[in-house]
Amino acid sequence: MSEFALELNNVTKRFGKTEIIRGVNLAVRKGERVAVIGPNGAGKSTLFNLISGRFEPSGGDIRLNGENVAGMRPYQINRRGLARSFQITNIFPRLSVFENLRAAALYASGQKYSFWRPLSALTELNDRTEALMASIELKRRRDVAATLLTYSEQRALEIGITIAGGAEVILLDEPTAGMSHSETDRFVHLIRNVTVGKTLLTVEHDMSVVFGLADRIAVLVYGEVIAFDAPERVRADARVREAYLGAVLEAQEATA
Amino acid sequence: MTDSALRPLYFKPRNGVRIVVWSAFAALLLLLPLVARSSFAQTLLCATGIAAIACMSYNMLLGQAGMLSFGHAVYTGLATFVAVHAMNRVGAGWWLPMWAIPLVGGLAGLAFGVVIGYVTTRKAGTPFAMITLGVGELVFAGALMFPEFFGGESGVSANRTAGAGWLKDVGITFGPQLQVYYLIAIYLFLCSAAMYAFTLTPVGRIANAVRDNAERAEFVGYDTRWVRYLVVMASSFFAGIAGGLTAINVEVATADLLYSVRSGQYLLFTFLGGVGFFFGPLIGSVLLVFALVVLSELTKAWQLYVGIVFLIMVVYAPGGFAALLMLNLRRIKYGEWRKMRWPYAGMAFFGAIALWGFAAIVEMLYQAQDAAVTGSALSVAGIKLDSATVSSWVLAMAVLMVGAFGFEVWRRRFKRVWDDGEERIAEAIKKAEAAIV
Repeated sequence: MSEFALELNNVTKRFGKTEIIRGVNLAVRKGERVAVIGPNGAGKSTLFNLISGRFEPSGGDIRLNGENVAGMRPYQINRRGLARSFQITNIFPRLSVFENLRAAALYASGQKYSFWRPLSALTELNDRTEALMASIELKRRRDVAATLLTYSEQRALEIGITIAGGAEVILLDEPTAGMSHSETDRFVHLIRNVTVGKTLLTVEHDMSVVFGLADRIAVLVYGEVIAFDAPERVRADARVREAYLGAVLEAQEATA
Repeated sequence: MTDSALRPLYFKPRNGVRIVVWSAFAALLLLLPLVARSSFAQTLLCATGIAAIACMSYNMLLGQAGMLSFGHAVYTGLATFVAVHAMNRVGAGWWLPMWAIPLVGGLAGLAFGVVIGYVTTRKAGTPFAMITLGVGELVFAGALMFPEFFGGESGVSANRTAGAGWLKDVGITFGPQLQVYYLIAIYLFLCSAAMYAFTLTPVGRIANAVRDNAERAEFVGYDTRWVRYLVVMASSFFAGIAGGLTAINVEVATADLLYSVRSGQYLLFTFLGGVGFFFGPLIGSVLLVFALVVLSELTKAWQLYVGIVFLIMVVYAPGGFAALLMLNLRRIKYGEWRKMRWPYAGMAFFGAIALWGFAAIVEMLYQAQDAAVTGSALSVAGIKLDSATVSSWVLAMAVLMVGAFGFEVWRRRFKRVWDDGEERIAEAIKKAEAAIV
């Protein structure tokens, strides 16, 4: 068994002639919280799409608990213990909140494709879904169709769907995108609570979220990881300041 | 406010309610022939029962898994052919009771689902629809190319009273239409129950998830192609049972059973009935038989009327009649229905007037086409008209305009009352939500 939950070795991705990811190396230990930051267009979302199987990498390998999952379909990677959320809310719009969460937990609960058992008889799964619904604070909206939720409720549901299957490695793609400050604070708290003990990778623009949530920060610039270290050292890194953080931090200090 | 205000009106009767609903359904099936005694009425009932199974099986694809199929008649039709051949084997001495023929049809449907579904489910969405259309045309063309199996133009006929068995000894020969009706009714009840149960299983729910958002389903561990394939197989099994019942009911299988027009009818009437609710296709099947058997007897313009109703429903009530019914039940639940009685009555009254005016114009147009043969006189709902006189045309147009005007006036009132009620319901729901800790 590998000591790393997730390991990227020289991963590349080309769209036509354009190389978006140019040899990324990253090794995330089990239980570690990593924030991936970088300027717009650096390839953060693309990187998540490669890890989760949405895209196939052009080269390199991606190891999940030591097993190479590069080129596998999303459902195969998910079954091996990796789940992700999306930057643009990606839920089951016509299903109720409860059904969204239950559907997301169904495969991992061992039900797979069964059609000889009613859902209502799966007491343990149903109880677990109710508990999850309470922990993401959507209990009041249990039977409401997901499409009718408010934006921040949908973002919470997005996280709920991601963690419902109990995956050990969680990728969150800009979980707080589009939220107000107070919502963001509440939401970061929520994410921290529901991902205890998991390996967490998150793409995030809000530096307060990044420094509050991450054990280590990976800085992605033009398809390469230019720094991967503890927050304080990344903050002090001259290359990082030059490429990205300097401008961002200045802007944030100016508005603060 | 109790938390029952939060429960949406899905067709999700629990325990006690569920038993009542299904018992009522069984009782209805059992007692219908007492009301419908004429042989025409029994023919209608049989056709409706079969169409109900076919439409519900179609809705497993469209409503539950979001798969728009243009080739459902392939499964019902091929199953009818296999069943007819099986009936002839029974006549030639095979030991197989006649009541099991629909199961033969079901297994045939399943077998075709396994083969054809393997190809069609490789894609979803529009490509899936295109492939089913192509497969439908392919099978129809094949039917004309292999007369040994499909019987060419005249088809293959069979005899439902053939064979032996203990049922024969107690007088159940399936000769009388009434006995065929009860066979269909039993299959309808069992198939409905089985299909309903399917919606409550893990695969049934994941089919909904794949319908809503196939990509997300892949990221929670499901191979969406395999989900689609499973649903097509289940659907084709029940479609096959409908096909097997058709073989017993009409004792002949012809190539037009496979034709894309029939597939289109399953789509159209399932949609009219309502794809969002389990019982929607039941309503659809009643409409299907009404349109194809009753309306087509009453008027040559029946397809025009069906088309217009379809258009209106697609634009104004995409949930079909089932959704309209459930919206009204929701009103009743929140005590908002009574306020709509008068607007409903007004709309119905003027709607009927407008409908008469419109139908009179359509019927006179058709009559004028055939005036040389059948004369220009006609009657619409008992009122005598003559397509050759100006006064009839003026009358029809005047009635249409009065009806349309009155309808519009009442429709506006209706909308006010409706929106008003919607606000109060939204408030009631909010209150109930706030009460949950």
